[in-house]
Amino acid sequence: MNGKNKAKEILIPLGTVIAFVVIWQIVCVLGLVPGFMLPSPLDVGAALVSEFPLLMHHAGVTLLEAFLGLLAGVLLGFCCAALMDTFPLVKSALYPILVLTQTIPPVAIAPLLILWFSYGIVPKVILVVLVSFFPMAVGLLEGFQSVDPDMVKLLKSMGAGRMQIFWNVKFPSAMGNFFSGLKIAVSYSIVGAVIAEWLGGFTGLGVYMTRVKKSLSYDKMFAVILLVSFISLLLMEAVKYIQYRSMPWDHLDDR
Amino acid sequence: MKEILRAEHITKSYSDKTVLKDIGLTLGEGELVCLLGVSGVGKSTLFNVLSGLTMPDEGRVLLNGDGSGDWQDITGRSGYLSYMLQKDLLLPHKYVIDNVALPLTLKGVKKKEARERASEYFERFGLSGTEKKYPAQLSGGMRQRAALLRTYLTGNKVALLDEPFSALDTITRTAMQEWFLEVMEEIKLSTIFITHDVDEAILISDRIYIMRGTPAGLSVDITVSDPKPREPSYTTSEEFVAYKKKIRGILFS
Repeated sequence: MNGKNKAKEILIPLGTVIAFVVIWQIVCVLGLVPGFMLPSPLDVGAALVSEFPLLMHHAGVTLLEAFLGLLAGVLLGFCCAALMDTFPLVKSALYPILVLTQTIPPVAIAPLLILWFSYGIVPKVILVVLVSFFPMAVGLLEGFQSVDPDMVKLLKSMGAGRMQIFWNVKFPSAMGNFFSGLKIAVSYSIVGAVIAEWLGGFTGLGVYMTRVKKSLSYDKMFAVILLVSFISLLLMEAVKYIQYRSMPWDHLDDR
Repeated sequence: MKEILRAEHITKSYSDKTVLKDIGLTLGEGELVCLLGVSGVGKSTLFNVLSGLTMPDEGRVLLNGDGSGDWQDITGRSGYLSYMLQKDLLLPHKYVIDNVALPLTLKGVKKKEARERASEYFERFGLSGTEKKYPAQLSGGMRQRAALLRTYLTGNKVALLDEPFSALDTITRTAMQEWFLEVMEEIKLSTIFITHDVDEAILISDRIYIMRGTPAGLSVDITVSDPKPREPSYTTSEEFVAYKKKIRGILFS
C-alpha cells in the first residue's frame, strides 16, 4: 500500500468522527436536545478530566478482572480446542455444550454468579472466562483442524509423535486463528467485566456507571463509555501488534 | 546388487474395493526405481503401505537397512523410510534451514547442531543463502530442492518420492530432473520414485515398474540400462524412444 492510500484510509474515517462530534456539539449548543439528556462533547471532555483519578481507580479493578478472566479463558479455550482436536469423541461430547453456553446472555448469568460467589472479584472473573473462552476454543479448533493432512502424514512418516506434530505443525498453523480469537476475546473480556460489575460489586467501571446513572450525571456516563471503548481499542491494537511481531512469516511482503 | 527393500504379496482393499492385489517389488542398494502408472491407479496407496502409514490386508514389507544381512519386518511401522510428496510441505512458519533440519530435531537433536548438520548440504542442493528465509520467499523449484534435502536428512536408507516434480512447470521440471540426477549420483540414495510421466521415468530410472489395472498389479519390470547420469539430450536418442514405445505399448494395451 502506498503512502497516499494509507493517508486516505486514516483521514477519511477520522474526518467522519470529527464531523460527527462537531454536529453533536452544535446540536447541544443550539439546545435542540435538553442538556441533562445529552451532554455536549465539551461537557464529556470536562467530566473525563475532572473524574480522571477516580476513573483510573475503577479502570484498574476492571482491567485486573478482565485480565485474570482472559488469561483463564484463553488457557481453558486452548485446552478445550486441543482436546477436541485430539479426541473426536470429546469434540462430539463437548461442542454442543460450548455452543449452548454462548446462547445464554451474560446479563442473565451474572446475578447467579453473584449469588453463588458473592460481590467480590470472583464472579466477575468467572463471567469473563465464560465470554472469552468460546472465541478462543472455536478459533483454535478450526485452526488445528485446517492443517493439511499430508503435512501430518509427512511428520508421521518421520516418526514424529502426537505432541511433536502438535507443536511443530498444528499450533503454529493455528496462530492466525489464535490471534483472531484473542482480538474478540479481549473486547468481550472488558465488556464482560463491566456487565458483571454493573450487576453488583463495590469497585470497577461498571459500578461507577451504576452510580453516575443513579445521580443522573450523563456527562460522566459518556466519559466512562468513552474510556471503556478506548481501553478495548487499545487492547485490540496491542493484540494486533503482538500478532505482527510473533508471526513474521505472515507479512513477508512488507519487509 | 544387494537388495535393501522388498515388498511381498501386498494386498490392500478399501471397503469393497481392492486397490492393490498381490504386489511384490524389490529395490537394490543405491538403485533408483520408478513406479509408473496413470493417476489414481494406487501408486500413492502402495507408498503409504511401504512407508508404514497404512497397514496392508496381506503381505509384508521387509527392510535390510543396517547392512547385517538380516531382514527386518517393517510392515505397518512408520519412520523407517523417508517420504517426499508432490507438495513441498515446508512449514511456512519455520526458516528454510529449520524446515530442512526438521527430521533431525524431531529425533531430539539440538537445534543448533541440527542447523549445522543441515547447512553442510545447502550448497550441494543449490540452496545457498536461503537458510534464514521463509519457504514462501523461495521459488517452487527451490522449495522442492529443500524438501528433497529434508527427505535426505531423514537419514533412512530408502527414500520414497511421490511425484516430487509434477507440480512444477515444464521448464523448471526439466532443470530439476537434470539436477536430481546429478545429486543422486553423489548421494546414492536408494529410491523409489512415483511418476505418471513416461519420459521422466526413462530419464531417471535404473528400473521401471509399470502399475496398472483395477485392482492394480505391478506387471512389468523394465531395466533401463543406459549409463547415468543421462544428459537431457538422452530424451531424444534412439534408445530412449525405443523404451518409450515399449512402455506405452504396455500402459495402453
